[in-house]
Parts: sequence; C-alpha cells; structure tokens
Amino acid sequence: MKVSSQIIIDAIWETLYMVSISLFFGAILGFILGVTLVVTRKGHILQNKFIFGVVNPIVNIFRSIPFIILLVAIIPLTRLIVGSAIGTTAAIVPLVLHIGPYISRLIENSLLEVDDGIIEAAKAMGASPFQIIRKFLLPEAFPSLILSVTTATIGLIGATAMAGAIGGGGIGDVAITYGYQRFDNTTILVTVIILVAFVQLIQSIGNVLERRLRRVS
Amino acid sequence: MIEFKHTTKEFKSGNNTVRALYDVNLMINKGDIFGVIGFSGAGKSTLIRTVNLLEYPTSGEVIVDGKNLVNLSKKKLREEKKNIGMIFQHFNLLNSKTVFDNVAMPLSLDRIKRKEIEKRVNEVLQFVGLEDKVHSYIDQLSGGQKQRVGIARALVTQPSILLCDEATSALDPQTTKSILELLKRINEEYKITILIITHEMEVIRDICNRVAVMQNGEVIETGDVFEIFSKPKTETAKNFVKSVVHDEIPDSVYEQLQKSEYSGRMYKLDFIGVNAGQPIVSQVAKRFDVDVNVLFGTITELQNTPFGNLIVELIGEEVEIARAFEYIKSKNIKVQEVTTHEGELTDHHRCDLGNVIHG
Ligand SMILES: Nc1ncnc2c1ncn2[C@@H]1O[C@H](COP(=O)(O)OP(=O)(O)OP(=O)(O)O)[C@@H](O)[C@H]1O
Ligand SMILES: [Mg+2]
Repeated sequence: MKVSSQIIIDAIWETLYMVSISLFFGAILGFILGVTLVVTRKGHILQNKFIFGVVNPIVNIFRSIPFIILLVAIIPLTRLIVGSAIGTTAAIVPLVLHIGPYISRLIENSLLEVDDGIIEAAKAMGASPFQIIRKFLLPEAFPSLILSVTTATIGLIGATAMAGAIGGGGIGDVAITYGYQRFDNTTILVTVIILVAFVQLIQSIGNVLERRLRRVS
Repeated sequence: MIEFKHTTKEFKSGNNTVRALYDVNLMINKGDIFGVIGFSGAGKSTLIRTVNLLEYPTSGEVIVDGKNLVNLSKKKLREEKKNIGMIFQHFNLLNSKTVFDNVAMPLSLDRIKRKEIEKRVNEVLQFVGLEDKVHSYIDQLSGGQKQRVGIARALVTQPSILLCDEATSALDPQTTKSILELLKRINEEYKITILIITHEMEVIRDICNRVAVMQNGEVIETGDVFEIFSKPKTETAKNFVKSVVHDEIPDSVYEQLQKSEYSGRMYKLDFIGVNAGQPIVSQVAKRFDVDVNVLFGTITELQNTPFGNLIVELIGEEVEIARAFEYIKSKNIKVQEVTTHEGELTDHHRCDLGNVIHG
C-alpha cells in the first residue's frame, strides 16, 4: 500500500465531516420541502396550487441532475457561499443541494403513508394545520422518517466520494487519487472495505432505531 | 340539536359532477339517537361530515345547536368542533401513541393544564371500561377496545353531539352489541345527542329512536324507529326491515300443510307494539281447548316492546280454534291463517285469505 495509515484516518474524518454537515443542512432543507410538498398538494390541509407548482418541479430538476454535474455547475454559487470552490467545506454546498431534494422526496413518501383517517380525526377535533403536521403526521410517520434519513445518509456517502473531483477529500478521494490513478489495488480494497463498513453501520443503526420506535422486537 | 335545511352537496371532478346529497331536510332533536341508514354510496358519510364541516355543503344549511358553522371564523369553528365528537369505522387512532395520549389529544391541542388533562382522561377511560389499558399502545388492543378508545377521545372534550360513521361495521356481532350498549349509556348518562350512520338495520333496531332512510343522496323516508319498522313505506325501507324481521313463511311450513294427514291450522301472528307482558301463547292454550305449537318466529325488541312475528299451529276443535283466533285478534295482534294450495309451495306471498276462517 502506497498510502500511510495517517492519510486514511484523515480521509475518514473528512468523510464524516462532509456527511454530517451536509446531512444536517440537507435534512433541514429536505424536511421543509418534503412537508411543503405534502401539505400543499391537492386536497391536503394547506392546498396551494402555486407553491406546489413551484416546489415540485424544482425538486425534480435537482433530483435529475447527476451529482458530478451539479458539483461543477454550481461552482459560482459555492464560491459565493464559502468563499472558495475547492476543498472539503466547498463540497458541502453541492452535497446539500443534492441530498436536500432527495430527502424531501423520501419525507414526502413517508408522510403520504400516514392514513388519511388520522388527518380526518385531527380535523374533526379542531386541530389547526400546524397542529395536524406536528402532532399527527410527524409522530405517525416518525419510524418511516428514520428509515428515510438512513437511506439518504448512505446516498450521501456515495456522493462524498465524488466530491474528490473538486478536491473535497475523504475516503473516495483517496481511492481515486492513490488507488485508481496509481494502480494501487490494496488502497482501493481498503477504502472499499471502509465504505462498506460505514454503510453497514449506518443501515444497522437506522434499522434498530426504526424497530425500537415501532416497538417491534 | 342538528338541523339540515335543503342541504345539497356536489363533488366536481373534472367534467362530471357527483351529487352526494340532494335537498336534505332533517331535524335531529336534543337527546335523540338518530340513525341514518342506506346502501353504499347513498350519501350517508357525506351527510354526517357536513355536520362538523369535514365537508362543506354546496348549498343549503346545517344548523348545529342554533349555529350555522359555515359563518364562523376559523378559530371559532375549531372551538365549536370541541362540542362535536366523532368516531370512525376504522378508529383513526395514532399508533405511535399510547391509549392515554390518544385520548388526551383533543385536550392537548388547547393549553389545558396537565393535571386537568390527566383527570379528564382517566375519568373518561374509566367510563368506557379501559382504565387498565391506559399505557397500552393501540396495536395491542382488540377492535372493540380500539373503538372504546375512539369513543373516549370523542367524549373527553365533553361534547353535546356525537357523530358515528359506521362505528361498528368493522366489529363482530358480539363486540358490536357492547359498543352499541356503550353508546346508549353515553346518550342516557351524558345526555349527548347521537347521530349514527349505518347500513345495518340491527344498529337502528338496537339503539335508535328515530331513523332516516337515504338513497341516491336523498332522504326518502324518516320517522320514529317504531313507525319505520311497523309501516315502512318505501321499498328500500321494507328491505331493511326484512333484514332483521324475517316475515316470510318458511318452506317447511308449507310442506307440513300439504301433507294429507295434517289436520291442524297454522296462523301467523304479527306483533307490533303490543304490550310486552302479554304471554299470548300460554294464554290461548290455557283459555281454550287447543294445543298451541310455536313453529317459527322472530321476535325482536324495539324500545322495550316486542316486535316481530310467530307462526303457530293450533290443534283442536274448529270451534275452539275459531274462538282462540278471535281472542288473539282482540289483543291487537295482527293474525292471519297460513294456507296453501297444491303446487304453490314456493309462492310466499302473504295469504289473502288471512282473516277468514273456513269450515
Ligand atoms: N371526496 C369525494 N369526491 C368525489 N366524490 C365523492 C367524494 N366523497 C363521496 N363522493 C361520492 O358521493 C357519493 C356518496 O358517498 P358517501 O361516502 O357519502 O356514501 P355512503 O352512503 O357513506 O356509502 P358507504 O356506505 O359506502 O360508506 C358516492 O357516489 C361517492 O362516490
Ligand atoms: Mg360511508
């Protein structure tokens, strides 16, 4: 192996940094968009043709741009926000814009799974739209939301690997610069094992949490 | 009190319009257990949903306790909804919460003190008989228990009206009975007006005092439950009554009559609102020199009065039978003889010879 273990350890930290920060902001963005997509749709509690008509295509557009292209396309915006277009922190902006809309679709699905009867009961007892979201929809969808976030996190790990293209660092970057470009198969193997371990760990945590919340043992 | 005045509701989807309610006029008095019955798609759910404005009428009015809710502000409307409890066919409870939290939900929407919430929730859970399930989750309960939670949740705001949309349709007959008894208790002890939607005549029979029959969005018949059961006017109402009071004469009765060696006479007695304490069969047997065999019968109870029919066989001297017949008639019971002609076994129409005794 042509890389030191220090390089690998640094790369792990970089990946964790990119994943956690972009997950945090991406989840906030995705949550807002996802809830908006649900409640403004036709026949829902805050039905609004205009807002739904704007948000829905925007989410679709971001969902359909391949991450590697998004990465390059928004370089000016990235520079505006973090002052530089290169580096680990700079990778966070495209990561958030990539994962936010993705999370919003997952959250939308989770919320739509909630039985309409629940909303009906909420309306019948005089709950306001805000109360319906906070006290009925979200608690009922919570286990499913956890699974959504798990899926998103795993998607994010994949995306951070590509962030290496703009010098984002992380495990993926090591795999490409040392493993691929210098034909170091051992490094490729090690990075792949680390990524697989990451994904396994996150999926397991997600599953355990979800089962706990649904009270199945 | 709920009053429907020319209430009409149309659903538009694309180019076609479904008229779910058409010019409904109904008066539901305070303290009523008012039943609405009709086949699927008749508009029953739409009707009940206009009461708490889950559905807005297209035209006409729905007046609840003297107020037309359509005219209220959003805030006032939410306030008013606390006065109208509702329970559902599929319970619509939150699986993520315990029984306590489900029942507490309507209260927790307002800023009510935790102490007060606890007191009210425990009280109402006691009333519905679920005090030992306070901390259970919904998926740990049976259907009947779930509906009790639904009822507790509806009662916790101390409403004056309770709406039930097919509240027992997902339950087995035994559980249905117990839920209906609970509804009756609610009506009696809390003086809550109950509007109940169903497609089962048993529900109407067991707890309602008044009933409306719906078809194609219209109320086609309305009246006291007794009235509808004894004198249904429309074909739909007749069919619903038949579903609980079978007044057809079974084939085996005709078969028996056809046997050449058979010497008795058969009569069909219709009880409609006759004094419950009247043991007519034993009285006839005692007073006259006849043997009385009860062959068939459906007797149900409508507001504590027997209602239904009996097919009895009277065996004895013609004279005695004739006297017994007159006696039964004098007791305000509709009585007719069951006769048959050869080859008419399956002809079930009521015998027109009914009130004539030959021979
Ligand atoms: N939201 C809606 N949009 C369009 N049509 C509707 C809607 N709700 C009800 N309808 C139509 O209105 C009519 C009456 O429906 P409703 O649900 O009130 O019937 P119901 O008597 O309750 O039937 P069921 O016994 O099956 O529950 C039906 O033809 C139904 O298709
Ligand atoms: Mg219905």
